[in-house]
Amino acid sequence: MVSAGAPVARVAAVASSNIPVISLRGVSKIYGQGEARVTALDGVSIHIRRGEFVAIVGASGSGKSTMMNIVGCLDAPTHGEFKLDGMDVSSMDEYQLAQIRNRKIGFVFQNFNLIPRTKAVDNVAMPLAYAKVGRVERKQRALAALDAVGLSARAGHKPSQLSGGQQQRVAIARALVTDPVMLLADEPTGALDSHSSAEILDLFSALHARGRTIVMITHELDVAARASRTVRMQDGRIISDTARAAALSGGAV
Amino acid sequence: MNLIESARFAMRGVTANKLRSLLTTLGILIGIAAVIILLAVGAGTSNSIKDQIGKLGTNVLTVSRSTAVGGRTGAVAGQQVAGNRSRNTNLTSADEQSLTDAVLAPDVAQTAPVVTAQAVTATFSGASHAVASFVGSTPAYFSITNNTAEVGQLFSSAQESSATAVIGRTVATDLFGNNSGSAVGQTIALNGQNFVVSGVLAAKGATGLNDPDDVVIVPLGAAQDKFTGYAPSLNSIAVQAKSADVMNQAQNEIQMILDARHNVTAATRDYQVRNQAQVLTTATSTTQTLTILLGAVAAISLLVGGIGVMNIMLVTVTERTREIGIRKAIGASRGNIVSQFLVESLIISIIGGVMGILVGYVVSSFPIMGVVPDVQPWTVWLSFTVSAVIGLVFGIYPANKAAKLRPIDALRYE
Ligand SMILES: Nc1ncnc2c1ncn2[C@@H]1O[C@H](COP(=O)(O)OP(=O)(O)OP(=O)(O)O)[C@@H](O)[C@H]1O
Ligand SMILES: [Mg+2]
Repeated sequence: MVSAGAPVARVAAVASSNIPVISLRGVSKIYGQGEARVTALDGVSIHIRRGEFVAIVGASGSGKSTMMNIVGCLDAPTHGEFKLDGMDVSSMDEYQLAQIRNRKIGFVFQNFNLIPRTKAVDNVAMPLAYAKVGRVERKQRALAALDAVGLSARAGHKPSQLSGGQQQRVAIARALVTDPVMLLADEPTGALDSHSSAEILDLFSALHARGRTIVMITHELDVAARASRTVRMQDGRIISDTARAAALSGGAV
Repeated sequence: MNLIESARFAMRGVTANKLRSLLTTLGILIGIAAVIILLAVGAGTSNSIKDQIGKLGTNVLTVSRSTAVGGRTGAVAGQQVAGNRSRNTNLTSADEQSLTDAVLAPDVAQTAPVVTAQAVTATFSGASHAVASFVGSTPAYFSITNNTAEVGQLFSSAQESSATAVIGRTVATDLFGNNSGSAVGQTIALNGQNFVVSGVLAAKGATGLNDPDDVVIVPLGAAQDKFTGYAPSLNSIAVQAKSADVMNQAQNEIQMILDARHNVTAATRDYQVRNQAQVLTTATSTTQTLTILLGAVAAISLLVGGIGVMNIMLVTVTERTREIGIRKAIGASRGNIVSQFLVESLIISIIGGVMGILVGYVVSSFPIMGVVPDVQPWTVWLSFTVSAVIGLVFGIYPANKAAKLRPIDALRYE
């Protein structure tokens, strides 16, 4: 066990500035109206700095995914302020949001969300196509990203020809290919067996060790144990937020 | 992302469901092919009518018997009724001769009496042919109707009542085979009456529904002798005006002479003068109306095809909502999604359009109901443009629908 100060110092060294990558201030999300009205997020404020590995835990229905979707610019908050890398997201138009999703965010889903009947390498290269990267470079970078997740041998396979763990690794390669400032993962191991889960988590730890900002939703506490910080949610609120010294003791090395 | 990129994604979409894409394409194909073929048939018909006008000569007037006598409104009898069966026997050879009058009818060049008979069958040593048009007339008829002999010769005025026949190419081919020259001098039977073939007319070529070469022309006297009898009536009188410019004057002169001879007025006239070229011009405009109607029907089938494209694109968008959500989540803008689906519907409709044009061309290279279709280049451009526009118009709504989805809603779509 290292002292509590060590990872924080390391994070500070990796981060180029002290501006939080993610900054939520009094964010609420309300679904439906009248009887059916659900307050999924209730005035959440959180700041996440560059290089942090944040685990979000909490009971089912506590608003974890809702918050993650807002952070990933897939959904808009009902109230509150959301700044990403210092920019106010709520004032952005459709096109700017698409660019943010493309360049700044890598999203990993529980159910992989690969495009069917499309080769792994093409799936990984797709964000680059939307980033107007040329074909040759796209292919190179996609293969490099697949290599980074240990899947270069499966580049030509379609999602239906890959195991769940492999599909998730393709999805992680896709999330990383544009070199985003942060990686968001909503229960990335939720659909995987323990062996595949361990592989994926090792991958996240390694990415974090190389300075990548990661926010990950999880149900399992041992998974949360790999993170540098754990945020606990309940009924749409953050009820605890603790930095952990144990963060780097996991599979990162 | 550029257009080529959209096209690649779109192509993947098209090929993902080949049968469905093919059937959708078929809707456009049929519509475009129908437009091209029907407009080509219309153009072919009006070509053949123009052709006939040219062959008839622009300065021929036909005087025919009319049953509208004494206020009775009746159908036009004209050449369709055999002379000896009509009760209104009011056009005579004397009438015909009276029209050749340098003083009263200075604009008439020449005239010819015409009798016709129906259901005439020509036979020659086993071969037989139902003659479409059997005419008895004088030699002037040949020059008025622009007919010349290809082999042999036309009969002369000296052969007034001799059993001589001049036959058209179709009749010659049917009776004597391809060597129509062998017909000259042979004796053929016309409804059992023997006639010697003196010549074969130069072919005019079949145009549209009627064949001007399916004709037998015999001297007037012989026709009356053996077919129509000597009742004073002629079926019609063919009149050639001095030029196409004096048709109206010639018509007035004819009416003046015949009104006096028949003792009738314009209201009680028992004959009518028709300008063949005018009749055909009327026919042309009728054809044009018909062409427009056919075109409209084809256009409707094209519209139906377009709706088919829209329908399929809507299905595609619904089916691929999750894919749209994924694409948006990884950075596709609204424009990217719109262009992907728009290009997809464009590909479907343009492929359909191009194949429709090919099918249209191929089908139009065969005669359809006796009409040789004439594909107008502008219809090809028009249909190509239309198929592209269909792709755009009917693709834009589904494409927009796809692009408007919020990423999270699209991702959650079941
Ligand atoms: N589209 C929606 N319409 C209405 N209510 C919604 C919608 N999405 C989520 N909710 C509600 O918002 C609340 C928070 O949902 P959320 O998905 O954020 O939970 P979660 O913490 O991710 O749960 P889990 O761990 O089961 O994934 C829940 O009560 C849910 O019913
Ligand atoms: Mg969730």
